[in-house]
Amino acid sequence: MSLDADAVKKIAYLARLKIDEADVPGYVNNLSNIIDLVEQMSAVDTEGVLPMSHPMDAVQRLREDKVTETNQREIFQAIAPKTEDGLYLVPQVIE
Amino acid sequence: MSYDSNWEVVIGLEIHCQLATKSKIFSGSSTAYGAEPNTQANAVDLAMPGVLPVFNKEALRLAVKFGLAVDAEIGMRSVFDRKNYFYPDSPKAYQITQMDHPIVGVGHMDIELENGETKRIGITRAHLEEDAGKSMHGAYHGMTGIDLNRAGTPLIEIVSEPDMSSAKEAVAYMRKIHSLVRYIEISDGNMQEGSFRCDANVSVRPKGQKELGTRAELKNINSFRFVEKAINIEIERQIDVIEDGGKVVQETRLYDADKNETRSMRSKEEANDYRYFPDPDLLPVVIDEAYVEAIRKELPELPEQKKQRYIKEFDLSSYDADVITSSRELADYFETVNAKCGDAKLAANWVTGELAARLNKEEIEITDSKVDAEAYAGLLLRIKDNTISGKIAKDVFEAMWQGEGSADEVIESKGLKQITDSSAIEAMVDEVIANNTNQFEELKGGKDKMMGFFVGQVMKASGGKANPGQVNQIMRKRLDA
Repeated sequence: MSLDADAVKKIAYLARLKIDEADVPGYVNNLSNIIDLVEQMSAVDTEGVLPMSHPMDAVQRLREDKVTETNQREIFQAIAPKTEDGLYLVPQVIE
Repeated sequence: MSYDSNWEVVIGLEIHCQLATKSKIFSGSSTAYGAEPNTQANAVDLAMPGVLPVFNKEALRLAVKFGLAVDAEIGMRSVFDRKNYFYPDSPKAYQITQMDHPIVGVGHMDIELENGETKRIGITRAHLEEDAGKSMHGAYHGMTGIDLNRAGTPLIEIVSEPDMSSAKEAVAYMRKIHSLVRYIEISDGNMQEGSFRCDANVSVRPKGQKELGTRAELKNINSFRFVEKAINIEIERQIDVIEDGGKVVQETRLYDADKNETRSMRSKEEANDYRYFPDPDLLPVVIDEAYVEAIRKELPELPEQKKQRYIKEFDLSSYDADVITSSRELADYFETVNAKCGDAKLAANWVTGELAARLNKEEIEITDSKVDAEAYAGLLLRIKDNTISGKIAKDVFEAMWQGEGSADEVIESKGLKQITDSSAIEAMVDEVIANNTNQFEELKGGKDKMMGFFVGQVMKASGGKANPGQVNQIMRKRLDA
């Protein structure tokens, strides 16, 4: 399986990446190669092998359910481009 | 319902339920409702560089508790994934959720249908995830205001099988889940505050067709009433589309309660490719049998168990038991009334009858009842000892509801005490007979229907206060004389 130019553009859009039209053929080639490599790996017999969901052979540590954070809104909002009434303001998103 | 029976409706629900933790699922920020905007949004919630999420122990416990309560498989090894999308209410540009290895697997919930039958609704899974923030449109000179206090609040998303075939069934299922999460105290279930809300997947198909129709997803419905209305209006829309020769498009739609219509949210469609992958910031969550069993021991009596107990112990009908156990608070109310008045059937009748009707009419919950369980039991005691009739009791209840005092106070002040003095009733009976001699002859002649007329007249003459049993008795005596 290999990607075409449209698929590459869609992936870029989903990741909100702006790419140069001139670079598209290069991405098509590189990404297709990666997918080919993955396909080679899926030919390997993995019967009885547990899927690896994390590279570390460890389990999640749990946190006590305690409120440990205090209000630091002023510090965080000092670096925000725009705020009002305690809200972060962003370009309008309307559904 | 206006659509005809040539159509079959298929509904599945995704219920988002906020878990009752003090802090967020991956950070130490408070989850308390109603704080000033962004005062409970710290570096982790804001996705500042270099932060690391750490999973909240209590969120895990509550999710497992839910799984056990719906008789589900528990994920002994569950994994967090990233669901990628761009929207300003989610600063990380992904939501941490669970895809392939959820904490709760296949389970089920039984609902009671209108015809009294029980229907089993399959639960596909329930997974842990974080909530997003809140966007406010309109008021900020063409910009959108973002409050991230909610971001990172722990949720379980409970996904049902497409097993419901009407809006009523969907509501019944949602109510059952709502009641359950409050029974087992994993959520406050507060719908106004968004702690409990649902998405409904709705499709229709001609009766007899095997494959499912194309579904539309109705987003973020936060009341039982709206769920029913939104689903019904969507069913009608889809049938109209198909009957007009069109095709239902798979899409997300928003229910507008003011206009009672659903609207397409096309903007989200294009980005509907979430590219899930395991979150490298979080390790697999591994639990063991001992942990699960310890939580199983904490489970209280579940609604279904309570219902069966009421049927067995108090000889209640299945319907009454179902209504009373629909919420833990209502069941507690009933038990208090029963303990004090000592007559389970009387208590059940009056809790599911007069009281439930009143709560319904005023659209309030049992916890906001203007007559508390002790006071209500006081009223039932006066029915039981024949101080008042059931009919008068309704008037007394009304007065109690209006804050005019206890049952005894109302009975006293309004002079509603039932007349049980035989001589007084005899006098009234005789007077009614004297005023209706023709009817009395008819009654004597075998026209039994006339009995009701006479009892009615005597009751009327007494202002409803005569004991109906005694009136009957005295009438019989006069007949035999």
